[in-house]
Amino acid sequence: MSDIGSREILKISVNGQNKELLVKPYATLLEILREDLRLTGTKHGCEAGECGACVVLIDGTPQLSCLVLPGQIEGSEVTTIEGVSDGGKLHPVQQAFMDHGALQCGYCTPGMVLSSKALLDANPRASAEEIKEALAGNLCRCTGYVSIIEAVEAAGRAMA
Amino acid sequence: MTTVANDPNADLRVIGKSLPRVDAAGKLIGLTAYADDIELPGTLYCKLLRSHLPHARVLSVDTSAASAIKGVIAVITGEDIPIKYGIMPTSQDEHALEYEKVRFVGDPVAAVAAVDEETALAACRAIVVEYEPLETVESIEHALLPPSDEPIHDYAGPGNVHRIGALEFGEVDEGFANSSFIREDVFFYEGNTHLPMEQHSATATFVGDQLTLWSSTQDPHYVHRALARVFDMPMGHIRVVAAPHGGGFGGKADPFSHEMAVCKLAMVTGRPVKCTLTREEVFYVHRGRHPVLMWVRTGVSQDGKILAMHFRTALDGGAYGSYGPASMLYTGALQTTTYNIPAYRFEGVRVFTNKAPCGPKRGHGTPQPRFALELHMDKIAEAIGLDPVELRRRNYVKPYTRTINHLRITSCGIEEVTDLVVEASRYHERKKRLGHGMGFAVSSYMSGAGLPIYWNKLPHSECIIQVNRGGVTLYCGATDIGQGSDTVLATVAAEELGLWPTDIRIVSGDTGLTPVDLGSYSSRVTFMAGNAALQAAREMREILVSAVAEKMECSPKDVMVGDGKIGELSFEEAANLAQERHGVLTARGSYTPPREIGGKYKAAGVGPSPAYSYSAAVVDLDADPYSGEIQLNKVWIAHDIGRSINELAVKGQVEGGVYMGLSEAMMEGQLYRHGLHKQPSMLDYKSFTFFEMPEVETFLVETVDLEGPYGAKEAGQGPLLPVIPAVVSAVHDALGVWVDEVPITPDKVMRALDAKAKGREGRYGPKSFPQISYPPIVKVPPFDASSTAF
Ligand code: FES
Ligand code: FES
Repeated sequence: MSDIGSREILKISVNGQNKELLVKPYATLLEILREDLRLTGTKHGCEAGECGACVVLIDGTPQLSCLVLPGQIEGSEVTTIEGVSDGGKLHPVQQAFMDHGALQCGYCTPGMVLSSKALLDANPRASAEEIKEALAGNLCRCTGYVSIIEAVEAAGRAMA
Repeated sequence: MTTVANDPNADLRVIGKSLPRVDAAGKLIGLTAYADDIELPGTLYCKLLRSHLPHARVLSVDTSAASAIKGVIAVITGEDIPIKYGIMPTSQDEHALEYEKVRFVGDPVAAVAAVDEETALAACRAIVVEYEPLETVESIEHALLPPSDEPIHDYAGPGNVHRIGALEFGEVDEGFANSSFIREDVFFYEGNTHLPMEQHSATATFVGDQLTLWSSTQDPHYVHRALARVFDMPMGHIRVVAAPHGGGFGGKADPFSHEMAVCKLAMVTGRPVKCTLTREEVFYVHRGRHPVLMWVRTGVSQDGKILAMHFRTALDGGAYGSYGPASMLYTGALQTTTYNIPAYRFEGVRVFTNKAPCGPKRGHGTPQPRFALELHMDKIAEAIGLDPVELRRRNYVKPYTRTINHLRITSCGIEEVTDLVVEASRYHERKKRLGHGMGFAVSSYMSGAGLPIYWNKLPHSECIIQVNRGGVTLYCGATDIGQGSDTVLATVAAEELGLWPTDIRIVSGDTGLTPVDLGSYSSRVTFMAGNAALQAAREMREILVSAVAEKMECSPKDVMVGDGKIGELSFEEAANLAQERHGVLTARGSYTPPREIGGKYKAAGVGPSPAYSYSAAVVDLDADPYSGEIQLNKVWIAHDIGRSINELAVKGQVEGGVYMGLSEAMMEGQLYRHGLHKQPSMLDYKSFTFFEMPEVETFLVETVDLEGPYGAKEAGQGPLLPVIPAVVSAVHDALGVWVDEVPITPDKVMRALDAKAKGREGRYGPKSFPQISYPPIVKVPPFDASSTAF
């Protein structure tokens, strides 16, 4: 209910900015980002940990934000799609997605980009098999995945 | 990817290049606002109460407790929106909220607007509905029996029959009598769903008599019409905006309950109201692939020429009409656009059942018969000892011909697409070994339906190009659902105006700002909106060129356009010059398909298209004879695109179509038990991930259609079609058994192997086709070609 239930203070950094937020203890990170912070670049396709559209990076690791509660992320650094590009310049992963046609409707794209970025930050020379492994939790209904693999390979080359 | 171009020297600057989508940047940085990202000040949140029973009379709906909850602003029920609607004029059978009876689990009965979603949900739980359960009808066979209490709908019929029809072209009995070989087969295609990544969402406002709806819809034009009908409002007081779209595939092409509900609640509360469906609700609103039972009988001559074909289909329509009358006819319409069938009889029926309503999913009504037809061709080839590719080639349609059901075929790359995949895959050189197989299939699809969904004389697509302050804006009603239609329109305008696609600002899918376009369905946008954009852009080019020619005192012919210049002037200088003379510059273009593309008989509206695309696929796989498991190795796909407007976008559409075809061929199914959806979640409803998707090699054939914009045809739906039968054919090649049903899952493969081991026919699939009393066959006279070239 709107006015029932306690609130708690959550301190996190989002895209490099420190935030002190008053949140419901059962609000998901997805809801906090989209509703409290109005960072709607993070998408949702299921809100149940099934699709990968809501992936954000928590301390550099891709996580399904629809499954994360405030108590799990106190003091963490969260990176959303809004924090990936550098000013007006696209991140190599974003640039490669653009150049390789790795997005169509673009709805899975924020999650795909963040999962890919986390992979390539750790291993820019990831093989096609490793890319599939890292992205298997991100569903895409438009592209058939082929161009996404091509894009991530190209981004890896650019980042290496 | 390889492109085979018929006029490689065409003098085009941006058409056909592999350029990024014009809307890529916003999507990549998370700035693009999809429907659920729209948040207006003071927004209320709407939730729908949906029926938990598959079929029941609604005796009463008590909303008093819900209304009393703090934070609840309004509660509405069916009587508040009494006028029915539906996408087709003949199926106006939906109430936004049902108040007489519910017809499937998920049918909405009430809607709440509250200060937040949680409160709205709590209010829904507090609504008390009294139901009287009725018999649940769950299968085609069941729906064909006389209902034990009452039919699901009180129109159409008899019983639960929604639509039924029988047509004959040419002399079918004579064709069979002359045949040296006749074969009959029965197939079943399980229903499946679109599963767009984005859940449907809509926000409405009602301010000063003006209703505005932002929605994740593919067809703002038809939603606009439905709202005007349901709320009995002038069209001019309603604006429907298609928000940037998170995937449709046909699943967002109907007017929906939640759209009606937020509009009504905005009127009642005076505040913006938003409704976003949960994933579970997306499975219920559905409108996906119909389950279809099929029976086909074909007679061929000694040398494998088809002499007659008789095709029967029975579609499980689910609870409402939706696109059903068209879906039913589509299961019979396009058999003739790949094979020359001189005598053809089609009998089809669509029944109502107590399941989520079916409608158009990518390929609308044609993947099911294509699956049946291609496997049937394989079986005929096997029986008469012909190579399956050769049998098909002997029956291929020719370019610039007329089919027996009056469809006009123009450019046709069926031979080329066949050659490409057969050669690249070395299909004929494959070594026979148990557990490894290859399958081949062809198909064809429309570049837009020849007729609108409701009869009217408006153009099918219109564009306005405005040049103002040196910039170009293109207005078109088309909706970019991810397929890239904004990019197509920008590329066409850029080509004509000497600019780059990202120089063109696109305003699309907004019934308040843009002229008519019927929407993103039937693969119509590139061909139809593309032609409208081309006409508008050429007119604008003339305006600019003549202004420059006048100033330079030269002939317009001597003014070159390109690289951001009009003659000696920059585009901006030329635009300002022309605007100084004429004021703001506008040019219009429109497109309506020619009349002669189809016949004039009743039901002739389904099938005609100004051009057909052609696709061929070879699938290579391993199928384990001990577990029935299938491992896809590679798919070769060739597609007759006419011409690519943007090669990268076409490649994406082709690969996406292959993916969707494979996924539904092998695992997807919208399944029910006692009227309950078995797996309304993305985890339980299986679809391909990165792991299942095999390598794809794509070939594009540019046949350069004479009527398409720069020769372009469709890419969005066609490439899905051949993939599905090719998978099943490859399993047969690997294991020697037929699975005449999709999805082709390991258990079905094992059942077929088991039957074979026991000495029975090595097959899994429906045993028979039900006895259906089709109406008397309508014999359609031959096409009257007196007023056309062929
Ligand atoms: S929204 Fe689907 S996994 Fe989080
Ligand atoms: S681009 Fe549409 S879901 Fe991936």
